[in-house]
Amino acid sequence: MRQKAFFAVPYALWIILFVVAPLVLIFYQSFFNIDGQFTLGNYANYLTSSVYLKMTVDSVWYAFLITLVTLVISYPTAYVLNRLPNKQFWLLLVILPTWINLLLKTYAFIGLFSQAGTINQFLRFVGLGSHQLLFTDASFMFVAAYIEIPFMVLPIFNSLAEINPSLINASKDLGANDWQTFTKVIWPLSLPGVKAGIQAVFIPSLSLFMITRLIGGNRVITLGTAIEEHFLTTQNWGMGSTIGVILILAMFIVMAVTGDRRKKKGGVRR
Amino acid sequence: MEFHHVERRFGDNVVLKDIDFAIEAGKFYTLLGPSGSGKTTILRLIAGFNSPTSGEIDFDGKRINDVPANRRQVNTVFQDYALFPHMNVAENVAFGLQIKGVGKQETAKRVKEALHLVQLDGYGEREITEMSGGQRQRVAIARALVNRPKLLLLDEALSALDHKLRVEMQTELRQLQRQLGITFIFVTHDQEEALAMSDQIMIINDGTIQQSGTPVDIYDEPLNHFVADFIGESNIVPGIMKADYLVTIDGQDFECVDAGMRPNERVEVVIRPEDLDITTVEKGQLAVTVDTQLFRGVDYQITAHDQRNHEWKINSIHKTTVGATVGLAFDPEDIHVMRYNESEEDFDARLDSYEEDE
Repeated sequence: MRQKAFFAVPYALWIILFVVAPLVLIFYQSFFNIDGQFTLGNYANYLTSSVYLKMTVDSVWYAFLITLVTLVISYPTAYVLNRLPNKQFWLLLVILPTWINLLLKTYAFIGLFSQAGTINQFLRFVGLGSHQLLFTDASFMFVAAYIEIPFMVLPIFNSLAEINPSLINASKDLGANDWQTFTKVIWPLSLPGVKAGIQAVFIPSLSLFMITRLIGGNRVITLGTAIEEHFLTTQNWGMGSTIGVILILAMFIVMAVTGDRRKKKGGVRR
Repeated sequence: MEFHHVERRFGDNVVLKDIDFAIEAGKFYTLLGPSGSGKTTILRLIAGFNSPTSGEIDFDGKRINDVPANRRQVNTVFQDYALFPHMNVAENVAFGLQIKGVGKQETAKRVKEALHLVQLDGYGEREITEMSGGQRQRVAIARALVNRPKLLLLDEALSALDHKLRVEMQTELRQLQRQLGITFIFVTHDQEEALAMSDQIMIINDGTIQQSGTPVDIYDEPLNHFVADFIGESNIVPGIMKADYLVTIDGQDFECVDAGMRPNERVEVVIRPEDLDITTVEKGQLAVTVDTQLFRGVDYQITAHDQRNHEWKINSIHKTTVGATVGLAFDPEDIHVMRYNESEEDFDARLDSYEEDE
């Protein structure tokens, strides 16, 4: 018993120092105004300010779009990867870009999308003229989805790989065609992977700030950007923390919505 | 259901060679063979998960080589049951009916009937994870039977169960088959299971059918060394067929009931361990020295060797002593003679030729 407790020390230290303590600090900070006085003003400010509310709606909307685009691309990718002969190798190629620093990738896209960038050079060469690619919603979505795709592919790939192939045979044996087998067997069984993927993509997307600035040109100001501004520019830590608390709440909501509801007994699922 | 010269290859690997058989409706068939013999491949061909490399598979007189699995009137009970883990018992059983678009009330009624058939009344709302191995097995059977297939395939369906449950399920399966009149094709490597349940057994090895027939025929008159060895225990010794009804083993002549071979043809002789009786050396036809003796509850399993060092397996209800020299007694009917490389047709023809004379 004592030995077990000993092994738990690194975990406990980690949780206390890097999870519990920051959460407590953020929560504590959010009750102080810029002059260091205790106040509920930050929350009142947040809830009454149309700027913050719009920002929240925008963040959620863009995070939703990014997640949707990522899912639409990743599910078929994971599905196809699973049927390839050297699937682990092909999966590695999908994961490979995550080994490169996020900032480097973002700068690489600036190189591609800018007025003098590779894509515009090509467009001029073909005779289509140059276009404003950088600082558009489309480029923002594109880069965000590009960065998030591996995090969506991986859990879906794993959940698909776990499906016992004889279940698919059983489904066909019982008269289901390929599409019915997909909707009634494969999709429901891969749902845990899809949910994990959504959690891995939606929550970070809510607080994206680097890409919004470098690729989106700050046209989209998300909650992540707002937090950065409050902490680094306006030095209003209280307000920044308040938005942080809001983000944490949003995170819990997403976890609850995508959480495993299977455990409820006798529930009818379709 | 008929197979005509069916061959199946995976790359260069020939899994099935020239398989030819016909299956009559309403009977219980067993495909029996060691693992890797090709029996599961035959099942997959019938179910439609694979198609033959060459040859023809007919069902109700129609060629079904290219009919996909979901359009065949065949259902399968899988070795690992393959129950859908995201559905409860009733939803699993209802799956096939739902796909076919059977109405809700009709579905509910048929699911209830199917669960009753496998003695799982009232288990409909249970999750699959809450069911024991034996219960899952029953759910899998109910899920297949609810579709009223013409042919039910069972792939090593009982091998995951413990011995007692397996014997119970054997009886139940046999009853179920009689009751419903559906053709069952059961795949197993367990010869006891095959003998206990089947109307007809097909013994498969190396991608060919070695012998097919009723359990009694196959047990009493194995066609070749493989079948004799695979089905039950046997003593197989080389011999020479001196004339009809006379065989020589180790230079000693024995009367037997086999005929129709060339004079002085080299043959193999099979004697089942339970047909050998231990007696005194004077009364016995063979003298052997006892090497080992194991008590197995119903009988003793004894191994012994004769002067030529042939090993003999004997099952006896009487005890003997290790190291003693005893006599072995057996009747002419206990001797079964097998020719080398005889085909099944020749074997049947030869048996018919002299059995008619008698």
